Amino acid sequence: MAKIDLKNARRLAEMVKAGEVSAVEAVEASLSKIRELDDKINAFITVCSERALAAAEELDSRLKRSEQVGPLCGVPVAVKDVISTAGIETTCGSKMLKGYIPPYDATVVAKLKEAGAIIVGKTNTDEFAMGSTTEFSAFGPTKNPCDLSRVAGGSSGGSGAAVAAGMVPLALGSDTGGSVRCPAAFCGVVGLKPTYGAVSRYGLISYANSLEQIGPLASNVDDCALLYSCISGWDPMDSTSYRDRPKEAAPLREGAKIAVPKEFFGEGVEEAVSRRVWRGLDALRDRGFIIEEVSLRSLNYALPAYYIVAMAEASSNLARFDGIRYGLHLKSGFRDWNTYFSRCRAEGFGPEVKRRILLGTFILSAGYYGVYYLKAQKIRNILKSEFQQIFSRYDLIAGPTMPTTPFKIGERVEDPLLMYLIDVNTVPPNLTGHPAISVPVHREGELPVGLQLIAPYFCEERLFQAAKIVEESLRR
Amino acid sequence: MPRTKIGVSTVKHLAWLTRIDLTDKEAREISKQLSRILEYFNKIDEVDTSGVEPLYHPLEMQKVARSDEPAPFPADEILKIVPSKKGRYVKAPKIV
Repeated sequence: MAKIDLKNARRLAEMVKAGEVSAVEAVEASLSKIRELDDKINAFITVCSERALAAAEELDSRLKRSEQVGPLCGVPVAVKDVISTAGIETTCGSKMLKGYIPPYDATVVAKLKEAGAIIVGKTNTDEFAMGSTTEFSAFGPTKNPCDLSRVAGGSSGGSGAAVAAGMVPLALGSDTGGSVRCPAAFCGVVGLKPTYGAVSRYGLISYANSLEQIGPLASNVDDCALLYSCISGWDPMDSTSYRDRPKEAAPLREGAKIAVPKEFFGEGVEEAVSRRVWRGLDALRDRGFIIEEVSLRSLNYALPAYYIVAMAEASSNLARFDGIRYGLHLKSGFRDWNTYFSRCRAEGFGPEVKRRILLGTFILSAGYYGVYYLKAQKIRNILKSEFQQIFSRYDLIAGPTMPTTPFKIGERVEDPLLMYLIDVNTVPPNLTGHPAISVPVHREGELPVGLQLIAPYFCEERLFQAAKIVEESLRR
Repeated sequence: MPRTKIGVSTVKHLAWLTRIDLTDKEAREISKQLSRILEYFNKIDEVDTSGVEPLYHPLEMQKVARSDEPAPFPADEILKIVPSKKGRYVKAPKIV
């Protein structure tokens, strides 16, 4: 049997297609890596070995019949546990949905299957994707594969860690305020938050609808681009997915301009992070890009505006969990609806989810709606104008993805505000809808650091192009 | 006017509105945490937003009207996920 490299999806798919390895062998390699490592890392909430092997066998027999199989032929993929998978438990990292088995696939999951991918399991996440370290999961924190005492980032920490540890070549996450890019940066892999509307959200269990997108995580830029191409596209089931997307802009040429907002290197950014991010930017400069410092004045207000909008939307979205129709169910005889409801939600939700529902409800209440919610949405518009102004003169915007390297587990979890502050550089593209990628800029032996690149709407190709230059420069 | 504190009684009222039981101890703890977060949120008061329209949605919305054809989902599949039921009915506590 040829050697299976679980850090190269494109190559693996080619090998399965060419019959050099079978899909069953590819899936077994992934499952055995999960068995070997996941007791320590805790990247998975559910591993569906039997189902995955059955799907792989079916794929192998299709290949034997010389049927056409898509570009992810036989590639094991992990899916964040906030994305619905028919027949596979989907918990959102919460006690509230323990035992919930969705009756349908999210559009992205259906697309993965169409592309020939095999889903091997569901990955750990902060409860309902609310967190930046995966420590708010009801199933315990995910550990960083590069140092098990450190956080993997979040909320898609399970997906980031599963890819970084080589358990799967590809994983899906969701990104509401950095939840794909943060674990990508902390685990040292590539992660993309697509343009708002580029990928269908049908089947993604909603947290903050106007901010979130499903995005790919991979070991390298090419694989990230490949997975993105398989999951993006218009979907009649998601009215916010884009039907008439503008034509992709021309690729970047020598002399392309990158804006580096000095505010991205503000208070709280570790020196080691700045140094490694500049290493990535220097690599782009060496390839003929023009790097210029600019100012993004409203950045300091983006973070509070983001949390106000996210909490308001969360408080509305999470009203649906009643412990009656699916998920958690309390047995003992409650006489009335309100008591049952309140007890169920008290037991089902963890502390961070409760905080966001309560504060989100306050923000939307009479007398405070204008001061907080409406004001935040106006700041969102100011931020979008600022981004558009920069994009009228520059091709990309760049900076550190996270202000810190991955810190120790437990370091910030007791202080909600301290936790929110690390999202300062990732939330702006969620507020404005722009696509953004995180690409590693650390070298072997260093703690992972991600460079964030942001592009105009629907210019994901530019992100891949620039990220690839950075990736190649580090290999040298 | 921005507020600087979310007191215990406000927390309890919010807990009632959102149907989340809280013990007195939890309410006190949450009151402290939310007040500190709110104080940070009040930073947005520094921004002059006069004449700025709110942006509820990042990109312009497209027309999504479609023909009104039902696309039924098999009820039995959905009933499978209901934790407590009687026949084909979902069992729930008394409302009135």
